[in-house]
Amino acid sequence: MMKKTLTIDAKGMHYTPLNKEIRAAIKDGVTEIILENINGQRFIGNGLRGKDLTIIINGVPGGDLCMFMSGPTCIVHANAEHAPGNTMDRGKIYIHGTAGDAVAHSMRGGEVYVRDSIGYRGGIHMKEYKDKCPVLVVGEYARAFLGEYMAGGILIVLGRGKDQPPVDERGVGTGIHGGELYIRGEVPDHLLGIGAEKKPFTEDDREKIRPYIEKYCREFGVDEPELFSDEYVHIGPSSARPFAGKYCWE
Amino acid sequence: MPIGSVPPKYKVTIDKDLCMLCERCIENCPYGTFRREGNKIQIFSRACTGCHRCIAMCPRDAISLQEKPIDYRSHPVWSREAREAIYNQAQTGKIVLTGMGNALNVPQIFDRLLLDACQVTNPSIDPLREPMELRTYIGKKPRKLTIDKTPEGDIDLVTKLAPNLKCETPIMIAHMSYGAISLNAQLSLARGAAEEKTFMGTGEGGLHESLYPYQDNMIVQIASGRFGVDIDYLERGAAIEIKIGQGAKPGIGGHLPGEKVDESVSKTRMIPPFSDAISPAPHHDIYSIEDLSQLVRSLKEATEWKKPVFVKIAAVHNVAAIAAGIARSSADAVVIDGFRGGTGTAPRVFRDHVGIPIEAAIAAVDAKLNEQGIRNEVSVIASGGIRDSADVTKAIALGADSVYIGTAALVSLGCRVCGNCYRGLCPWGIATQREDLTARIDPDIMYKNVSNLIHGWTLEISELMGAAGINSIESLRGNRDRLRGYMLDENILSVLDVKTVGADV
Ligand code: SF4
Ligand code: SF4
Repeated sequence: MMKKTLTIDAKGMHYTPLNKEIRAAIKDGVTEIILENINGQRFIGNGLRGKDLTIIINGVPGGDLCMFMSGPTCIVHANAEHAPGNTMDRGKIYIHGTAGDAVAHSMRGGEVYVRDSIGYRGGIHMKEYKDKCPVLVVGEYARAFLGEYMAGGILIVLGRGKDQPPVDERGVGTGIHGGELYIRGEVPDHLLGIGAEKKPFTEDDREKIRPYIEKYCREFGVDEPELFSDEYVHIGPSSARPFAGKYCWE
Repeated sequence: MPIGSVPPKYKVTIDKDLCMLCERCIENCPYGTFRREGNKIQIFSRACTGCHRCIAMCPRDAISLQEKPIDYRSHPVWSREAREAIYNQAQTGKIVLTGMGNALNVPQIFDRLLLDACQVTNPSIDPLREPMELRTYIGKKPRKLTIDKTPEGDIDLVTKLAPNLKCETPIMIAHMSYGAISLNAQLSLARGAAEEKTFMGTGEGGLHESLYPYQDNMIVQIASGRFGVDIDYLERGAAIEIKIGQGAKPGIGGHLPGEKVDESVSKTRMIPPFSDAISPAPHHDIYSIEDLSQLVRSLKEATEWKKPVFVKIAAVHNVAAIAAGIARSSADAVVIDGFRGGTGTAPRVFRDHVGIPIEAAIAAVDAKLNEQGIRNEVSVIASGGIRDSADVTKAIALGADSVYIGTAALVSLGCRVCGNCYRGLCPWGIATQREDLTARIDPDIMYKNVSNLIHGWTLEISELMGAAGINSIESLRGNRDRLRGYMLDENILSVLDVKTVGADV
């Protein structure tokens, strides 16, 4: 397919006309859209389809980046705000920086890579279905309530933060009933929420996460062989039905 | 500790002189209440749930059912339900789950509101000979219209209108998900709604492809679990509803047990078969009214501002302030669900004790939105315990634009409000996924029950309006002067902003 690039200067632009321009460009057959001077515009890429599209964002996008997106790739050359990849279905987001709270919230498919750290509730309620398995890779560390209510997918924290543990706040995996977390470094037991438990980190697990770590390294120009050889803490659900024991019938 | 069994809830008897031993009762009861022994039908009353399926199907009217055949010692404080919940919890130590709506004998405010009619001075209107306008538009209305005169003398509308849903009746069908109810039940409701040119909600269970033909009459729901939600789903719906809360269980999430998630339910919800579908209590991307506004706008951006977005909340103490926040969030309608609302499953203590009645909530929300001058910014949809066209008319007179009916619509399909939906064996084929049971509903026939119900109620509403000398639903909306309170105290009358019976006009 022929590459066709369009640059949009988003300086001072509201998000609605901006998204309109993006949609018009896609209709026009544009395959790469470069957004310059992005400064807090929310909802960029919301609900876009098509896997041959790349959106490159120069500047800090606002919340709900690529929400409901189904296919395209989005590369952010800055930090991102609240909930990038929210309820995403397919596609990829690479964030060259940090991201805010609720990253990859309820994501059903696709991949989100954050070079540095993320805020609270990362990967909360991620779920998978058939061939759709969402992946969230965080380079440095995550705040509290990581992977809560997870119903599927893979959440990897590489723990590259200097003098900073991969996660040192509570609520890791509370209510998890599907999917897994892989965290490089120490995760003290008391940080695990109800329903989450540590599992053995096997060679199969290592193979499973390898391609995502490779993609992370390639995109962000990281060359750290220990990311592949180190041990990871593997956390998964202690039961597929965390709430089943709470109720009785009238 | 064993404390023995509680008395059976029902006692079933068969009149042997009438019974012809056709065994239809045996076939129809999924709970195993009946079995054949020689020339006799043996009855195990304890299995009975009071669903009436056998009674409805018996060709000889041979079956009788008695509720609470064995009384406890009567006591004004210690009701049967209170005692039985304790026996249950003493043995399980768990939260007691129940089905259907509030089961306490709480006063129905609707029953204490009376409608007005014309006598002598202003003649009533006969809907047979005069047009009655029941068409209801759900969505934002402009504060004012700007128009332009073209050189040719035509008038152009300059104001950009927000998309609205056009309903030919103020009655819509509430959100009941595939999973909570059967596909055949959903199909009957959808076709019935489409037939009457109104709308129905999908609930948080995705949109099964056999409902695509009715998608222009469906409101797709997005709740905290985001089940079945993707861009195709959002684009298919006529409108999108964000579910924050539900009247039957405000403040808590939902939980579809894995055993109800068969292949087809799993496909529609987009979750693996037989996995629990857990909807967290809050949306974890909404922790404030600003976050809610962000989700509303996000949905609008994703669907290019073509779809109205509703926000549904349970009627709780500060419902009016929350509704005002929603009105300012770019949402097009606020749905308020009162504490008598139905549900497949809810903890008993929530179902019976959390939230406020829909009547008070409608009045409080309407008053607050008017006071802030933003009533035009949102439509108000009321739900939770609406039983007939009089309730609909009163809800509109209190300030609602339209209503959602849930339980009433299921009753039109045969539901007997037995309250055992959570067992997944609904003998009427509604709250079940078992194929032999769901086959009891033929959507091509049963849709007519739904459309008949809406049609009948709509006729009654126009008669009630005509009798009151009102020919348009807009003139009924918020027209509290057409209501009078009967045996309501002064406080509630002031909340409702309704005068007492006998008051001067
Ligand atoms: S359905 Fe009625 S007539 Fe038939 S076996 Fe049962 S009780 Fe007898
Ligand atoms: S839907 Fe079925 S199980 Fe639920 S109350 Fe109605 S008849 Fe009973």
